[in-house]
Amino acid sequence: MVHCFLIHTLGPVSGLPVGGSRILFSRVFGPEEGEALLNTPAPDLCPEERRLLQREKLALVTRQVRSVCGLQREAGGRPAVEAVLGDESAALMDADSGVFRLGAGDPFPGGVTVLWLAVQAVGFTLVCPPHENLLLGESALRSLARVCLENLRLLGPGSEVVLKSDRIEAALNRLLPHGQLLFLNHRFAQILDKDLAAYMAK
Amino acid sequence: MYASGTESLIKQAREIQEEELQKFYSRISKLVHTKDYGNETVDSLQRLHLIVSATKYGRTIPSDLYKKLQALLCSPSTPEQIQVLCSGTLRESLPIRVHNLSTEDIQDSRTINYVAAVILAQAGHKNDLTALSNQLLKSLESRQPECQISRHVLPILSKVISFSPECLTEDHINLVNRKLVDWLRYASVQQGASMSSGGFFTGPRSRQPAPLTEVDGAVAGDFFTVLCVGQSYTEDQWMNMYAFSMIRKWLLTYDTEGTGNADAAHLKRAHYMQSLSQDDRSEVDGSVMSMVSATSSSSRLLPPKERLREKAFEYCHRLIEQSDRKAQKKADTELQKACLVEAVTVMDIICKEDPSFVYRAFPCIKALYGRLNAELAFARVVLPIAQFYLNHSETAAVDSEAVFRQLFSQFPGELFNESLLAFEFTQFCRANVAVLQEGVALYRQSFPNLLKFLAWNSPALISEFAELLPSLLCPETAIEVLHSLLDLPCLAAALDLQLRSASLQAPEKTLWDQGPKVTSSLEAFRQPSYRGMFLYILRPEAGTGDTIDRLSLLHEVLADMAESPRTVQCAQTVPVLLHLFFNTVVQFADKKLINQLVLILLERSGLLFNIRNYKTEVQRVFSSHLLVLCKLHPSLIVEQSRELIDFTCTTANIYSKEDLYIHMVWVIGEYLSVSHDARCTVEQITSFFETLEAVLFEIMQVRQLAGPPRYSPRLITVLMTTLAKLASRSQDLIPRVSLFLSKMRSFARSATVASCFSEEDLEEILTRAHELINLLKLPSVAQFVLAPSARGDSPRWHRDSNASLPLSMRTVSSLLHKHGSFQHC
Repeated sequence: MVHCFLIHTLGPVSGLPVGGSRILFSRVFGPEEGEALLNTPAPDLCPEERRLLQREKLALVTRQVRSVCGLQREAGGRPAVEAVLGDESAALMDADSGVFRLGAGDPFPGGVTVLWLAVQAVGFTLVCPPHENLLLGESALRSLARVCLENLRLLGPGSEVVLKSDRIEAALNRLLPHGQLLFLNHRFAQILDKDLAAYMAK
Repeated sequence: MYASGTESLIKQAREIQEEELQKFYSRISKLVHTKDYGNETVDSLQRLHLIVSATKYGRTIPSDLYKKLQALLCSPSTPEQIQVLCSGTLRESLPIRVHNLSTEDIQDSRTINYVAAVILAQAGHKNDLTALSNQLLKSLESRQPECQISRHVLPILSKVISFSPECLTEDHINLVNRKLVDWLRYASVQQGASMSSGGFFTGPRSRQPAPLTEVDGAVAGDFFTVLCVGQSYTEDQWMNMYAFSMIRKWLLTYDTEGTGNADAAHLKRAHYMQSLSQDDRSEVDGSVMSMVSATSSSSRLLPPKERLREKAFEYCHRLIEQSDRKAQKKADTELQKACLVEAVTVMDIICKEDPSFVYRAFPCIKALYGRLNAELAFARVVLPIAQFYLNHSETAAVDSEAVFRQLFSQFPGELFNESLLAFEFTQFCRANVAVLQEGVALYRQSFPNLLKFLAWNSPALISEFAELLPSLLCPETAIEVLHSLLDLPCLAAALDLQLRSASLQAPEKTLWDQGPKVTSSLEAFRQPSYRGMFLYILRPEAGTGDTIDRLSLLHEVLADMAESPRTVQCAQTVPVLLHLFFNTVVQFADKKLINQLVLILLERSGLLFNIRNYKTEVQRVFSSHLLVLCKLHPSLIVEQSRELIDFTCTTANIYSKEDLYIHMVWVIGEYLSVSHDARCTVEQITSFFETLEAVLFEIMQVRQLAGPPRYSPRLITVLMTTLAKLASRSQDLIPRVSLFLSKMRSFARSATVASCFSEEDLEEILTRAHELINLLKLPSVAQFVLAPSARGDSPRWHRDSNASLPLSMRTVSSLLHKHGSFQHC
């Protein structure tokens, strides 16, 4: 079960501290698994504090992704590429990707695995529990990134990612329902894609 | 590209004024009231969603609007887009009213889905989910036609149980177990009804349902799995896919019981097998059976839990068979790999619960390994296989040597640059560290290979290796590990060269004739004369020697890689690992090993790859651990006196590694004493004294001749104190040191010195000299003050001579004062 899905920036954003990352979209699928282990889901926090804590955790994840991705790109000797509009699929082919672990309590109680995909200056991130099937996670992340790139023109100058977030929700609802990674063969995937295309066309 | 427009939208959403916001709320309220689902409503709801989600502080939506959104969300007639927006907005906003939402009366599967999303996101307590899970289970129970069941019932349930498994009662669990068996094992084997209506004149055609195919296009030979392809799927085939997607989680949550129970289950199974001959309804007439169905055991009367285990096992078995087929689509090839990982992992879980499955699983797992081991493309599938061997090979008396040999010898060397494999590999090691350390000799021996993952992916893997490093250390490997850690940046550079060299097509020409001088590291890498060096750095296993002679030559050859980002990143992780190394080693190091380590510190402190800051950082680590090593084994000063004298008499060491040098001088003063080692002779003290005296003399001279001093004032005070300490232990030396100290005033007054050291520093030097002169006038007191007994080992007492000396002085002077005043009385 994926804990959450994030779309965020990987480049500098004015007004953010150095190394910060702006979260453009976030979807947390439910309470954290580790909380269940402790059986005390943040006992003394009111809903507002709980939300704040959750947001801070997500911000930490995206900062980490930005940093790890930056280091990986630097090590690979790949300079940041300028966006080429209309060539989303090529951008996706060239995307960097990686994975790292955040230990227990740092900040998620049970520890998590963070799977990321960096398409130019946009990061797509899945936060998973420690023993998720990463091969499946990667392909889900790629499909989601593809749908988002195609339908929100994320690499362009528009602001659809924040204004048309329902499209991302609709995609998640089909490809990653409630955070469940699905074993989709190409036909299952095509059928879901078709259904999604019908949604986008509206 | 991140547009400034987006940023300003987010800002606006965050900073919207209360008054404006209230107006906006009421406008939306009106729009949704009129059931107008046009563009304006959609647009407003999108903006509302942005406003509530853009800030980390929750926004409270007015209660009438909240109710309206909730009503829209729960009404099946609402268009999906509006439902999505309502669901998203309610999820992100306050107040949280999970209890107000209920899926009770909702039949529509899409609606249940979006309502559940809100409930799950806002649940703060397990009670919040009980109603939802009861509702879902009720829908499973009622014998509705399959299409009435929400497809998403399993993902929702999966989320619920990962938060609070106790939501489900034993009956519930049995119900789901039965359902899962049905979906997994008995989904239709025909394609779903095609949606296509016929031509204009013909009307809807009723076509004969076509059979499903395997991923390679052959007609499906057995029961339905996620690797079966059809034009469209029936509802139970969709459920099959969802069921397999969650089966691992389900088994891990509810299939746990003591092995005692597993024995009982085994007995039960044996009993049922005897009493029944055939019961499976999956045996479709005329279809070609695969091995799985042909060997399927009768299990209808097994209790639900055992039956699910049986069916899940068969499902996995079939997936493994199916993965042998050559997929027509690339996506399916990828899915096959993911399925293999899942199938092997699920089999592992089942075998852990009921060891009787081990004997059935092994032939299949073994065959799978045999099939995959030659192809590196399947490396990530080999990891769960290795896990299976690790867990069960003993039970089944199967030899696992070959699997681990491939794992540790081949993967790191050839696949170090695959970041996901590297991660999964280290996770595998972390998860099994105790077993690997004890039971798999190859693990520790392969540390040079394992370090390749780290050298290449250091930022992502440093925390993993921080956990693994202690498990790689033992008295036999410690020295070689230390050298390897120090050479880690060289390894990163060499791996880079290895990749680049391999990517160059056939060597342009043989490089035999170029002689030893090379212009680039890449060229050197391809030169036979450097081959041995690179082979050593890239060696797969430990044991070929702790290090090599010509390290400085290697550093020279690699000089053009010293600024490559990967090498630099790698170098930055080394100090952390060195700290960890020493902290671990001192737990088991004997005197011999400590002696060796100190010698390596001395040797390697200068013999490092020339990366910016690298030497300084490593020397800092060395300095702090030198103190620990000497404290553990003070005799090493006596035992290694030759080497220590060599090190300290070389004034060049002051300029290249001052920190380490100062620490070395300090430990000599601290531990060269009969009280620490009875073998310590007057001659030894004298020879150390004379060495340090000459050094102090030399640097004070050089300073006046040449330019400003290139060392810190601290070096002078530590040298003076150490000389005084040694003199106090061999009192013939006292006049010499006193004479020397008395010259400090003229030294401090000289122009060059005054221009470089600050006033306070000079003051400090003079005070120290003065104190020491006075102290040495009373040799017996000096001996006490300058050599605290080993028992006075309290942390603050003599950790640092700078701190302990004034303290001791104060103690002594207060004693003297008391004595004096007593006399006056």
